[in-house]
Amino acid sequence: MKTEKNWFAWFFSAKRGDSPFKRLLIHLTLIFASIIAVYPVLRVLSVSLRPGDRLLSTSLALIPADATLQNYITVLVEKDFLLWIWNSLAITISTAIIGVILSSTSAYAFSRWKFPGRTVGLIFLLATQMIPGAMLMVPLFILAVKLHLVGTYRGLVIAYSVGAIPFSVWILKGYYDTIPRDLEEAALIDGATRISAFYRIILPLSTPALAIVFLFNFMQAWNDFLLARVLLANATEIWTWPLGLQQLQGQFQTAWGQFAAASIMVMIPVVALFLYSSKYLISGLTLGGVKG
Amino acid sequence: MHSLTFDVIRRSLEEVGSTVVIIFLGTVLLEGLLYVVLGRVFKSKYTIPFMLLGPAIVGLLALIVYPLAWEFNLSLTNMSLRHFGDKAQYTWVACQTLDPSKIDSYLTDCLIKNYANVFRLPVLKQAYFFPVFFKTILWTVSNVFFHVLGGLGLAILLNRPMRGRGLYRAILILPWAIPQVIAVLAWRGEFHFEYGFLNIILRDLGMTPIKWMTDPTWNFVAMVLVNVWLGIPFMMVILLGGLQSISGEFYEAAEIDGASNFQQFTNITLPLLRPVMTPAIVLGTIWTFNNFNVPFFINQNELESSDILVTALFRAAFQYNRYGFAAAFAFVIFVILLLYSIFYIRVTGGLKEVYE
Repeated sequence: MKTEKNWFAWFFSAKRGDSPFKRLLIHLTLIFASIIAVYPVLRVLSVSLRPGDRLLSTSLALIPADATLQNYITVLVEKDFLLWIWNSLAITISTAIIGVILSSTSAYAFSRWKFPGRTVGLIFLLATQMIPGAMLMVPLFILAVKLHLVGTYRGLVIAYSVGAIPFSVWILKGYYDTIPRDLEEAALIDGATRISAFYRIILPLSTPALAIVFLFNFMQAWNDFLLARVLLANATEIWTWPLGLQQLQGQFQTAWGQFAAASIMVMIPVVALFLYSSKYLISGLTLGGVKG
Repeated sequence: MHSLTFDVIRRSLEEVGSTVVIIFLGTVLLEGLLYVVLGRVFKSKYTIPFMLLGPAIVGLLALIVYPLAWEFNLSLTNMSLRHFGDKAQYTWVACQTLDPSKIDSYLTDCLIKNYANVFRLPVLKQAYFFPVFFKTILWTVSNVFFHVLGGLGLAILLNRPMRGRGLYRAILILPWAIPQVIAVLAWRGEFHFEYGFLNIILRDLGMTPIKWMTDPTWNFVAMVLVNVWLGIPFMMVILLGGLQSISGEFYEAAEIDGASNFQQFTNITLPLLRPVMTPAIVLGTIWTFNNFNVPFFINQNELESSDILVTALFRAAFQYNRYGFAAAFAFVIFVILLLYSIFYIRVTGGLKEVYE
């Protein structure tokens, strides 16, 4: 084999017979990248374990010498943390349910019929993805003021679930397209109606895609800050967790540890869910991406 | 302080539950109506698809199309906190009543005054539109560049049989997995001059600590750093998926033909990665351009030099309460994105599937 002059190409190319030295270099690079990826998160953990009087320290130790769970207890008992989580859960779960109901049927129409306005509709759905979030805030806020929906769960649930429709429809349409039409046609010959063929055959077969869409809508609403900040404003009793955490972080000098503890508690279930479902999430994303 | 009491739970469940029920009932009603109108009266062959689409169409009309139309109307008015309920719009009629000696042009001084103002007045307190626009381009390009560079590098390294591959992947995906608000707020703490880890490390290395929060240049660098950290995993995962779909036979054939590693990369890997990479880059560009959380939170001292278009828009609307102006500003931003996507569609033909 000829010697590789281009060091860069040597390093990045994949061959079965990689030399031990090259393998070591690759591992070192990946370890370095992993440290960069994980260190800020470990810092949050470390700050959350600091006792109140040692909050501001220049120590870089990952587990502080006098580690304590005091911050976690403070957040759970003295702050509204549980309320924020409850509010987020209530809003997010209902959003995801409504979003799936609204988008699963529309996506079926897009997948199986060539009705007038179909192309325009699909392009419109795609175009909505380009609207900056902040752009819709102004009219939504003023409309919400006029409809007395500011500071209510209802306003947020409706806004989130409609906002989730375009992306969900694209993903579901892509999935329905892969289901052979023969299945429904067989059912239609057997006397089923179009609608019952959809509910009995297509929906059960699409469970994975529906789960992806549910998860997407859930994550979208769960992590949203902007709309919640605009529509909930000062209604602290229905604040979602991003608003609460921002308030804690704002009191950096006094509440850094509490912010960190709250972050860890929000993060762990989300990260677990994400890692567990990442394979499906990604297949959904690429499906939507490649199709779109 | 509000605690989570049984009463609170009951009240929220009632409100959320009633919302779901209302939407469900509304859907059923709408379906019935569509069935009667389209199916019985017009006997349309598209009754079923329009029944299926009905609820989503109503939702999108009410919450996206109507607000946009309304916002367009708003962009032609002088609505602000001071003129919240006023009817004083910049209509043609209202413009005709103005004293002609005091205004130069009916068009730019009255009818589309807000649009003209976007370009001739500061969009924030001092910053003008074009500097903010170029800042946004710089922000988008540098982010997407590093996302693709880092994502592609890591994906190539991970795309080989090796020990600990799954573990590396799980760790490297972490910045994407944690909620963005948390990541950004945590980073914001770490840019603290005295107690953030970046400055602690710099000090330990004997270098001068950086004023991340007050120095305009470094604040911008901080924003880019955070967003690069956040965005690499997405690119990595998408590109890794693309790499894995490339059959090894291509490389074997190239090897036999004596192609060098670099030639293999440019002639096999890159072209075959394109179908995956192009949509990912376009998506990434739009997401970065529209990214709100990072520039908003990392810019703790509200430096106007660190504002990009979308954060400037938010401030114009919700901090300075210039609603009419903000609406015009929003449409200018939207047109920029639209032009970009039309350009993209023209160049790549990326929407072919839509027309099938």
